Amino acid sequence: MNPAITIATARRIMNQLRHDHRTVALMVLVPTLVMILLYYVMDDERSFAMWAPILLCVFPFLVMFLVTSIATLRERTSGTLERLMASPLGKLDLLLGYGIAFGLMACVQVALALTVSLTWLGLDLPGDLWPLVLVALLNALLGTALGLLCSAFARTEFQAVQFMPIVMIPQILLGGILVPRAQMAAPLEWISDVLPMSYAIEAMRDAVVGGDIGGEFWRDLLIVAGAALLALVLGAATLRRRTP
Amino acid sequence: MMNSVGPAIAVRDLRVSRGGVEVLHGLTFDVPRGEVTGLLGPSGCGKTTLMRAIVGVQIVAGGEVTVLGEPAGSPRLRRLIGYSTQNPAVYRDLSVRENLRYFAAVLGAPKDDVERVLEEVGLTGAAHQLGGSLSGGQLSRASLAVALLGSPELVVLDEPTVGLDPVLRQELWRLFHGLADRGVTLLVSSHVMDEAARCERLLVLRQGEILADGTPDGLRERTRTTDLEEAFLRLVEERAAA
Repeated sequence: MNPAITIATARRIMNQLRHDHRTVALMVLVPTLVMILLYYVMDDERSFAMWAPILLCVFPFLVMFLVTSIATLRERTSGTLERLMASPLGKLDLLLGYGIAFGLMACVQVALALTVSLTWLGLDLPGDLWPLVLVALLNALLGTALGLLCSAFARTEFQAVQFMPIVMIPQILLGGILVPRAQMAAPLEWISDVLPMSYAIEAMRDAVVGGDIGGEFWRDLLIVAGAALLALVLGAATLRRRTP
Repeated sequence: MMNSVGPAIAVRDLRVSRGGVEVLHGLTFDVPRGEVTGLLGPSGCGKTTLMRAIVGVQIVAGGEVTVLGEPAGSPRLRRLIGYSTQNPAVYRDLSVRENLRYFAAVLGAPKDDVERVLEEVGLTGAAHQLGGSLSGGQLSRASLAVALLGSPELVVLDEPTVGLDPVLRQELWRLFHGLADRGVTLLVSSHVMDEAARCERLLVLRQGEILADGTPDGLRERTRTTDLEEAFLRLVEERAAA
């Protein structure tokens, strides 16, 4: 690993995004537009206050997962990854470069969605703002890390897109959004226990309810961060300098 | 310079299998330092696989590849080998200059190297263009420019002159020989036999085996023809008769 190369990689990815206005607009605007849509669909502030944090949790994750998995797949299938693997660049330089670049994008995305929710849409937070921001960002990073990992198992962009429902839908169904986790059949609860999103959603609830930013909140955050780190390390293991 | 005695590349009994089929059948040869060696042969003969093995990104089934005195793929070699892949390693959504700046940072090359290599491959005028808007020939020149960044001791170029106009091709060959005069070793692949005459040394590959290894003159003498295309055919006949 070499910090100069990591930073150069992050800058290169940001430059690629800079040339692609439409993708940037989609990444930044979609979560905010969905929040606005939700506000008018709910048409009642209490339901909106209940659902908004969940969307703030799910959306950055979803968008980052998609964008990252396709971006890294493109790197794998064009000649550039092979060229990089023959260079002094370390595998973690590449993965962290993606993590930093898309993490910054996630910051912008979450910041805009939050600002619009808290002002125009009148979302009321009884507690502090920072726990919510922290959870949303970590979740975006988790999406980035999982996207990096999943791109290793896809040969084409068609396949990469198909990973999105595989990774997302079970996490949403079992994450305690629709049915509280405690009410699930035991085997489902066990699965729910190993899915990182479950902890992200719990942490987000704690952050929104406020007042109770204690041990459980930090434990949940630690689990999400650990899952992101694990996905990054596994992703690095799938990058090979020598290929068949 | 690293260990500067011995050949730039020494390959011993190299075997490579791809998709369960052996594509390189025990190759043995040396590439001398400071010369332009042409790797010639028809499409699909194993040129790219051999170059990948030399650069150290190919899984090999057996044999030894030693580059600049070190086993191929050693971390120390990654800064010393310039490599241009056949599928141009150029980000299509970055400008040519941004591409080169990134690779220069990765390779630890000085910043002003970017303008030098742009000049060398004749892309200064297209430096601001996005990779995706380049023609095929410009793309392969951009990829070639990446291989020239820094001060590589070995430059491995996979079909660098495909689709270029003759004037440009001549300029590039002049550039290659200029590098060789400064002591750089070049291994350049081509499936066009007329490029063979521009090399100081030739390796002719067919179906994963070496048909010939020597100078262009030696090859002409051995096959009693001045036409290298014809020479190739005679080598194939010679091999079939043996």
